[in-house]
Amino acid sequence: MESHRVLKESQIMKIHYITGIAAIFVVAVHILMRLIVPFELSLEYDYIIANYKNIIYVLILESILILISVHGFNGMRIILLELRQTKPWENMVTVVTISAMIALIAYGTRTIILANGL
Amino acid sequence: MSNTENKKEETITLKVYRENRGQKTGSHYDTFKVPYKRWTTVLDALLYAKSYIDPSVAIRYSCRMASCGSCGMKINGIPRLACYTKISELDTSTIECEPLPNFPIIRDLVTDFSLFFNHHKEMQPYIQSKDNSENDTEKKTFSFYQSPKDVDKYLQFSYCIKCGLCYSACPTVGTDLRFPGPQALAQLYRYYADTRDESKNRLNIVDDKHGIWRCHFAGSCSKVCPKGVDPALGIQLLRSYMLGISKNNKEPAKKIEIITDKENNDNNS
Repeated sequence: MESHRVLKESQIMKIHYITGIAAIFVVAVHILMRLIVPFELSLEYDYIIANYKNIIYVLILESILILISVHGFNGMRIILLELRQTKPWENMVTVVTISAMIALIAYGTRTIILANGL
Repeated sequence: MSNTENKKEETITLKVYRENRGQKTGSHYDTFKVPYKRWTTVLDALLYAKSYIDPSVAIRYSCRMASCGSCGMKINGIPRLACYTKISELDTSTIECEPLPNFPIIRDLVTDFSLFFNHHKEMQPYIQSKDNSENDTEKKTFSFYQSPKDVDKYLQFSYCIKCGLCYSACPTVGTDLRFPGPQALAQLYRYYADTRDESKNRLNIVDDKHGIWRCHFAGSCSKVCPKGVDPALGIQLLRSYMLGISKNNKEPAKKIEIITDKENNDNNS
C-alpha cells in the first residue's frame, strides 16, 4: 500500500473514464461544426479566425484540449508504469506526464487566447 | 478390445522443454516417443517418459484429477493442466510441453509459485468477522446463515484451485510483476461478495498503481481456467464497486452461536 497519495488510483481512473467519454462528445460536436460548411471553406484562414471569435466554439476547443490532455497523458502514465516497477521510475513518470499535460494545456490555451484576440 | 487393435498401439511425440536453473546450462527441447490410448492424458505420457525413457524429467503433479492444480504447464502453446488434457483431444502428432509463462523456472516443467502465492496472501483470503469479545476465553463459535442467492454471488470464485493458469495467461502479469494477477483479484472479489465477511478495507488493498486498474480485460484468464471460474468477471465487478457504479449492499449473514457439548454440560451441572 502506498501511504502518501494525493488521489487514489480509483479516483484517477474515474477522471480518466469521464474525460474519455466527455471527449467523444466534444470532438463529435467539433467535427459536426466543420461538416456544416463546405470542406474547403472550413480550411480558410478567415473562417478559422472567425471560429476563434465565437465564444461557444472557443469553449468547445478549450474543453477538447483539457479533456484530451488529461485522458491522453494519464493513459501514457499507465502504459509507462507497466514497463518498470521501481519507485524512482514511478515518480519520474508521474512528474513528467503531469508536467507535459500542464505545459500542453497552457500552450494550447495561449493559442486560443491569441487567436481570439483577447 | 481385439488382439489386432492391441497390436496397433499409437505413439505420440512429446517435445519437452528442459532447463536446470541450478546448473545454468541453458535450455533445450528433448523429444520422447510415447504410446497412448484414447484416454491417455499428457500427464500420463510425461510420466511414461519419466519412468521408461528419461527419469531426469522434472514434473510437479499430485491428484491426477484436476483438483490440486499442481500439473499446470503450457501444452501446445496454451496453459493447461496436464492431467486434464487428453492426447486424443489435442489432435496433433507432436505435443509441446513447456513451463508456465510468467513464472520463474526451477527445472524443466516445474515453476516457482512463491510470488503467485504472495499475491494471493496479500488479498487476505479469509473471512474477517467482527468479534467484540475482549479476550480469547470470551470468544464464541458461530455458524452463519446464508441464502442460496448470497452463495451464488461468490460460489464460482470459490472453485479456484490456485493452479496458476490464469496468472500465466495474463498479459499484464507478463510486464508488471507487482500486478496481483487474475487469481488474486478474483479471490478478493470472492471474499468481498461473501456476506459473512465484514472487512471494510478489502478494496484498498488493490487500489494502487499496480493494482486492479492495470487489468486490460484481455479475458485470457477466463479462457484457460480449468474449473470454469471467470476471473475477468470478478475483476470487472470489483471495478464497478470501486467506481461507485455498483453498491455492495450486502446484509451481514446472521450469526447463530454454537453451544459446544462442553458448554452444554457446564450449564447443566
